[in-house]
Amino acid sequence: MRFRLSYFVIVSSILLFAYFYSQNSIVTSSVVFTAIPFALPLALAAMVGVMCERTGIVNIGIEGTMLVSAFTAFFLGAILKNISAGLFIGIMTGVLVGLLLSVMTITWKMDQIIAGVIINIMAAGITSFLYRQNYRIPSTFLPIDIPVIGDIPVIGPIVSNHGPITYFGIIFIFGLWVALYKTPWGLRSRSVGEHPSSADTAGVSVVRLRYINVTIAGAVGGLAGSYLALEAVGIFERGFTAGKGFTALAIMIFGRWNPLGAFAAALFFGLSQAVTNQLMIDEVVQIPQQFVTMLPYVLTILILAISAGKVRPPAAEGIPYEKEKV
Amino acid sequence: MAILQRVKLQTLSIPLLSLLIAFIFGSLLIAMQGSNPLFAYQVLFTKAFGSIEGIATTLAKATPLILSGLAVAICLRAGLFNIGAQGQLISGALASAWAGYSFVGLPFLIHIPLALLFGAFFGSFVALVAGLLKAYRGVHEVITTIMLNSIVIALADYLASTPFKEPDQPITRTPKIEESARIPDLFGLPFGFFIAIAISVVFWWLMRRTTTGFRIETIGRNRNAGWYAGISVKRVIISSMLLGGATAGIAGAVETLSITGRFEPAFNAGLGFDGITVALLARANPLGVIPAAILIGGMRGAASTMQFRAGVAPEIVDLLLALILFFVTAPILLRLLKRKEEGISLSSGWSN
Repeated sequence: MRFRLSYFVIVSSILLFAYFYSQNSIVTSSVVFTAIPFALPLALAAMVGVMCERTGIVNIGIEGTMLVSAFTAFFLGAILKNISAGLFIGIMTGVLVGLLLSVMTITWKMDQIIAGVIINIMAAGITSFLYRQNYRIPSTFLPIDIPVIGDIPVIGPIVSNHGPITYFGIIFIFGLWVALYKTPWGLRSRSVGEHPSSADTAGVSVVRLRYINVTIAGAVGGLAGSYLALEAVGIFERGFTAGKGFTALAIMIFGRWNPLGAFAAALFFGLSQAVTNQLMIDEVVQIPQQFVTMLPYVLTILILAISAGKVRPPAAEGIPYEKEKV
Repeated sequence: MAILQRVKLQTLSIPLLSLLIAFIFGSLLIAMQGSNPLFAYQVLFTKAFGSIEGIATTLAKATPLILSGLAVAICLRAGLFNIGAQGQLISGALASAWAGYSFVGLPFLIHIPLALLFGAFFGSFVALVAGLLKAYRGVHEVITTIMLNSIVIALADYLASTPFKEPDQPITRTPKIEESARIPDLFGLPFGFFIAIAISVVFWWLMRRTTTGFRIETIGRNRNAGWYAGISVKRVIISSMLLGGATAGIAGAVETLSITGRFEPAFNAGLGFDGITVALLARANPLGVIPAAILIGGMRGAASTMQFRAGVAPEIVDLLLALILFFVTAPILLRLLKRKEEGISLSSGWSN
């Protein structure tokens, strides 16, 4: 059933794309092209969720991680006049936030939801206090024209000419899928998320693995934030991430805690936003701007309402690990 | 008796110590920005609590925070984290503004309660969406309430800019409410403050003395045990979300009917989010919410004076509140005090 549904979705989206492409090739390619920058930060943020939750840590602080990282990436990129340095600092900021979440949830065994919300509130507080106007980064990360692939008809114009973080991010998502399902690290991570005491018995250090994964996930959150500030938008404002970290959690659930599933869900989100934007530009529909703003949030709730009861989260999620005392 | 005293000491000492440490951290940040932290704090607190007018402003600022703090606290008691007080508050503010200007010629004894009721109803309506999704679909309330915040903010912006807009002027806002809907001042204090105190006391009574409160508390402490004892988990989830939403809606209504006099999208910013800090600082105690809200209201009210006189950006208050929240909830202070840990625990995970 599950497989048939996903095949159905893939086949029908290819058919739809073919139909619209035959009607108007330029607009169709550009809509699918713009769906990718909408989707990428959501997909990366969803990877943060996948990595944390697969080892049993609920991370609701993705939003805050992205916000702080976007902040440091942008301002240090602007001050140092070097966006690569900004990117590095953004990722390191994510690592620090990941470590903080690890300490709170793993060592202190705090309630994971509260810990995440506190990260979000602290991120909003710090960034709005330190925010200054009139800073500019020298440029954003520029699009790369991929030589051979860019010349392929139909697909070329869609997949070529994105920025470097986009390509790295997509490679990372596929890499994470391989790592999670085909490597010892992935097996250990998943077992720690499902049944930590068994994993512990088998010799896996639950605490260490959780620390490592949540911290690496923090780096990915930092990458997502830096992407927004340094590649997608090129500016920073207060409350810049606009709920993307929460939408990402819905995407993660919709994607069944699977990197590729979440990537597909993120593409669906990105596409729905790109289509709406195009409809607005063409004045096909007269929707007030506010309803367009609402779209991702409404979709998030709808998707959760549809999928939440049907999917099974990692079993040990949200529960601090207590080593059995003999 | 000794045990009782120790418990009381603990519930008080942790928030107070958290405040102290947060202010020390804050002073480092203020000093880093080249201002004198002691002077900044002095300005902040003399402005907020040093004069009669200052205290009146503080209490006016504290009024919506008491209510939004209660909205979060009551849900925390049921084991739910209502991050959506902001959206519920805005929904209530807009609804009460609409009731305030649409009904003409009502006596104020009817008009004010009616407008408050509109606020409570539409506040709880927003919370109901999250409550139903949690109870019947297992969708975690933190995500739904955050998403509902954004939806309500956009929807309210649309309503105030098109159907409910004040005609013949460029600003996005509703018309002014009728005089009969205005909540008057009492002894130079906003009457809404007394409403907020009364609601806190009602909640305290509800939690301590009624079976409803007992059900909420039981489900909040142990959902399975409550279910086994025959309490309907679904009903408790929905009713506590409804209560929380109604309280947040009243917060917005009181603010509209006594302070702002109309709905404008820029109003009410952050009142619901501060409610989270208030509730956690008060350790979800309905009466503890009052001093917590007064403290935060005072800091909010005096922030601009501090900027003017001490040159510290008013966003320092956001940062201080975040630090307070961190120290109040993280168990490091409890560990330092070598006390038994009793953190607030919620249902983690996405499907329970």
